[in-house]
Amino acid sequence: MKEKIKIASGQGFWGDLIDAPYNQVTKGDVDYLVMDYLAEVTMSILQKQKNKNPKLGYAKDIPELMKRILPICKEKNIKVITNGGGVNPIACAEAVVDVAKNLGINNLKIAVVLGDDIKDRIDDIIFKGCELNNMETNESIIPVKDKLLSANVYFGAFPIVEGLQKGADIVITGRTTDTGLTLAPMIYEFGWKENDYDLLSAGTIAGHILECGAQSSGGNFLGDWQSIPNMAEVGFPIAEAFPNGEFIITKHPNTGGRVSFATVAEQLVYEIGDPKMYITPDCVADFTTIKLEDLGNDRVKVFDIKGKPATEFYKVSCSYESGYSAFATLTYSWPQALTKAKAAEQILRKRLENLNLKFDEIKSEFVGYNSCHGPLSTEIKEEDINEIMLRVGVRSNDYASVERFGKEIAPLILTGPPSVTGFAGGRPKPSEVVAYWPALMPKTLVKPEVKLIGIEK
Amino acid sequence: MKIKLLEIAHGRSGDKGDAANIGIIANDDKGFEIIKKQLTTEKVKTHFEGICFGEVERFELPNLRALNFLLHNTLGGGGTVSLKHDAQGKTLAAALLRMELDV
Repeated sequence: MKEKIKIASGQGFWGDLIDAPYNQVTKGDVDYLVMDYLAEVTMSILQKQKNKNPKLGYAKDIPELMKRILPICKEKNIKVITNGGGVNPIACAEAVVDVAKNLGINNLKIAVVLGDDIKDRIDDIIFKGCELNNMETNESIIPVKDKLLSANVYFGAFPIVEGLQKGADIVITGRTTDTGLTLAPMIYEFGWKENDYDLLSAGTIAGHILECGAQSSGGNFLGDWQSIPNMAEVGFPIAEAFPNGEFIITKHPNTGGRVSFATVAEQLVYEIGDPKMYITPDCVADFTTIKLEDLGNDRVKVFDIKGKPATEFYKVSCSYESGYSAFATLTYSWPQALTKAKAAEQILRKRLENLNLKFDEIKSEFVGYNSCHGPLSTEIKEEDINEIMLRVGVRSNDYASVERFGKEIAPLILTGPPSVTGFAGGRPKPSEVVAYWPALMPKTLVKPEVKLIGIEK
Repeated sequence: MKIKLLEIAHGRSGDKGDAANIGIIANDDKGFEIIKKQLTTEKVKTHFEGICFGEVERFELPNLRALNFLLHNTLGGGGTVSLKHDAQGKTLAAALLRMELDV
């Protein structure tokens, strides 16, 4: 058994710094590179791409990235784990195999985790007694069942572990928890068992710290943010994990950013609910047991973590079509910038009303004044306001209403308050609203499957 | 004496469906005692009047000198449906740091 492994976070979301994973495998030694690509809305986007072309449906950045890092990873024996397979992990793996062949790599094993996609099994699952009610509102799924764009179970770390045990250099999954990507190599390397709840919780919490990339190494830091050095060359976080469940969060030397008690603590409280009940498919981690020790030099030790057994359910994440929305902005300048923007908003509302358009919601905000903090925003003297951007959003099931809204924006320039600019890029187009449906499903109703794809000498 | 929460704490916020999560971390132990006493669910709910239309839940993480708040019915329907500029509640931690405290 290894005494220590280093797991590097390469992406906090799909669209994160392109060079981050490259820097993680070149600026120092690591054993694993983990990359989270999947936000809830991402699955529906990928499903739409796959519907148009059965070869798509995964994070297309991955083959591009592999072109750069695969030779390095092979040479340094760095394993790559990612959920960027989206709704088509096989196609993603095949694309990576093509890249490897073009690079002249003649020995590569990719494990693909399958089975999370339950979109075509919804009726069967409901028939088997799992109603897939919305876990936040308890509403029945029946009214949205035919509008589903995607439906995926969140798998945990163990299918990835199976892939690693089969000798994979790369593991590509569909909908796997962000935390499972980091936990899996610890289970694999240290031989942790399914009932080692404290250890699994420790690895899960390491995953939570890594899953948003540089958000734990100085990015989006609300403490003394101006003191964070060299954010332009920020180092992404790395977990140095030990068999006893302790780990140290750090980053490569000579990179920007900071790893401290404060930067790690901010990430720990990010997007959590009840801290004693951080539920994953692998365990229920207790965030109140976490102890942090700032060792200095961008090293924070995390230890004493406790947890409880996993529940008998998988979380299911569905997305469905829910009408249309469009957004428009116009910018008004001094003098009376805010008053002008408010007047324009009233004129627009009156015109929309006169047209008898149907909207579920019309939302107006004044960027530069209250679009972030709403009624908490402090009053500013009109004389001191240089400019205000009026931002209006509409949502409706009626496509025509949303489309017509888009035609009512530009006219405000010639038929509304003065000193207005910022209308470029044509009429705002309606875009489909994709709503999110979280549910629970007994683990017995679905089984992950691990498939090997690769090149052998 | 009145101070702003900003002077003794920092934090981060994000979305959980239509709820916003706001984690607030005190800069030191003394600050944690103050926020534990003064950042009640009632006070946070009142602070976010016109923004949070649901229940406010509060959880303590003493090891991190932190409190976590869940503000239900706050994000205009949640990340993908919301028409809000800040649909994911990313700036709400800063909004809570505006709160005035008695020390």
